Amino acid sequence: MTHAVAELAAVLATALFILSLYWMNDPKTARHGVTAGVTGMLVAVLATWIQPAIVHHGWIVLAIVGGFIVGIPLSLVPLTAVPQRTALSHAFGGLAAGLVGTAEYFLGLTENPAQLTTFRTSAIVAEVILGFLTFTGSLMAAGKLQEVKWIPQRPVTYPGQNVVNIGVLVLAAALGVVVVVHPTAAWSGQVFYAIVGLAVLFGVLLIIPIGGADMPTVISILNSYAGLSAVAMGFVLGNKLLVTAGALDGSSGLILSIIMCRAMNRSFTNVLFGAFGTVQKTASTGEQKAWKQETVEGAAQLLEQASLVVVIPGYGMAVAQAQHKVRELYDQLTKRGVTVKFAIHPVAGRMPGHMNVLLAEADIPYTALVEMDEINPEMPQCDVALVIGANDVVNPAARYAKGSPIYGMPIIDADKAKTVLAVKRSKNPGFAGIDNELYVQDNTWMLFGDAKAVIGELVKQLAGGSGLH
Amino acid sequence: MIAGFLMAQAPPAEAAPVDYWSMVFVFVLATFIGLGVIRRVSRLLYTPLMSLTNAISAIAVVGSIVVTGADSPRAIRILGAVALFASMTNIVSGFLITDRMLKMFKKQ
Repeated sequence: MTHAVAELAAVLATALFILSLYWMNDPKTARHGVTAGVTGMLVAVLATWIQPAIVHHGWIVLAIVGGFIVGIPLSLVPLTAVPQRTALSHAFGGLAAGLVGTAEYFLGLTENPAQLTTFRTSAIVAEVILGFLTFTGSLMAAGKLQEVKWIPQRPVTYPGQNVVNIGVLVLAAALGVVVVVHPTAAWSGQVFYAIVGLAVLFGVLLIIPIGGADMPTVISILNSYAGLSAVAMGFVLGNKLLVTAGALDGSSGLILSIIMCRAMNRSFTNVLFGAFGTVQKTASTGEQKAWKQETVEGAAQLLEQASLVVVIPGYGMAVAQAQHKVRELYDQLTKRGVTVKFAIHPVAGRMPGHMNVLLAEADIPYTALVEMDEINPEMPQCDVALVIGANDVVNPAARYAKGSPIYGMPIIDADKAKTVLAVKRSKNPGFAGIDNELYVQDNTWMLFGDAKAVIGELVKQLAGGSGLH
Repeated sequence: MIAGFLMAQAPPAEAAPVDYWSMVFVFVLATFIGLGVIRRVSRLLYTPLMSLTNAISAIAVVGSIVVTGADSPRAIRILGAVALFASMTNIVSGFLITDRMLKMFKKQ
């Protein structure tokens, strides 16, 4: 009886999870997706909990309460911190898979060796390797995003790095094969611990050479790994619901990774083994043109007289928390009949969709957010392109500079606008360390300063100065 | 989960054989469904998508419940409880933050 209940619950939960993701195809229906997901989860958890094999309830209650105590504050982080929260949740997902895999292995080893069949032991090994590498890899990524002091922000590279990384992974896999062949030997437990240790190490090694600009891709890849570790857990426990949910998560991570890689014109292996931001010392070319600086008054006037303004936000906007000021600017301009659109590059920010969420938080209607491919044909008609804290995604060098690390990356054609206003915190080059010639173009004017302060000044100018012109 | 607990509970001789091929089958089909469904997700919603799929894959919680609640040695149940806590954190924070973000997407 309880068996039938569990199977029915699993089928129901599977359907609800698929619907949940299906509803994400439109912002209008997306919130139904959350309802469906929560319902599916409740059904699945309750159906598992009532099974007769569950005889100890105290720890379950305790762990669930703990999950709420930590989970609720984690859901309230500022939206600029969403990338690190996401990375942290991949870490938790990986940890859960790793621990359950470890528990299942030792349960088999000490209580019931017949369970450690070749297939099941292989699944356990896969679960543990994927789980623990996702755990430490995601923790490192979260630490980098949070700018934790003892985790280097810049990519850390050394000679032979890839050989070391691949060596560690191959060694873990080889030991895995040993455990699969001899699952119950006297020393198998020790070998199993070694696998765990190597997976933990591999996660760290995998992430240290990765820099901020690659985070959207790396978070997506870790997302995929977290999903796959859940799939492996499903194989270990013989649970189809887990396999399905893990596969959905894994394929989501895969699609996002592919989109992010394409948006940077890079391959998976290049992101993971390429150490972005280390090889571009050759970028500086011949004559150095000078920036032209614009005053806030002049910039305000330019914006006011435009009929189409395209705002191009980047990570700099997120860092400065400037999205609310940007919203005020949007209001001031639309009030004057200026059309304002936001051009969103797929890898702007630190995770997929980061800019959309920040702008939505500031109450900017999502209908004003336009994808790169749709906005580019419009750029020649654009009167002012306002670049806020974006750099590499508007660098024209991506089109032709063969030696540049961003060569071939699709960009937003800010340079084709009639006038470019670029808000930039400092005169340093962007993350990739490359000069951006957009800034020295004839029709470009720079506004140096913190994005929030500069946009705030612009808003003040527009609000107060409406009678002046 | 049933199959999992049967395997954990029943003596080896009677252990219900898990049909691994049907699991592989489910995995392949689910991956294709996932690719099909995710490809249609609005580009605006990639950040909430990631927190939503994260919460959903924390269905791993059912595995942790089985490990924590079954009549197993203490050390194993401790591992299960920590895993349960980690998954539960993902479920709670994942769904809540997804909803919080989605609420912000307004048309005009």
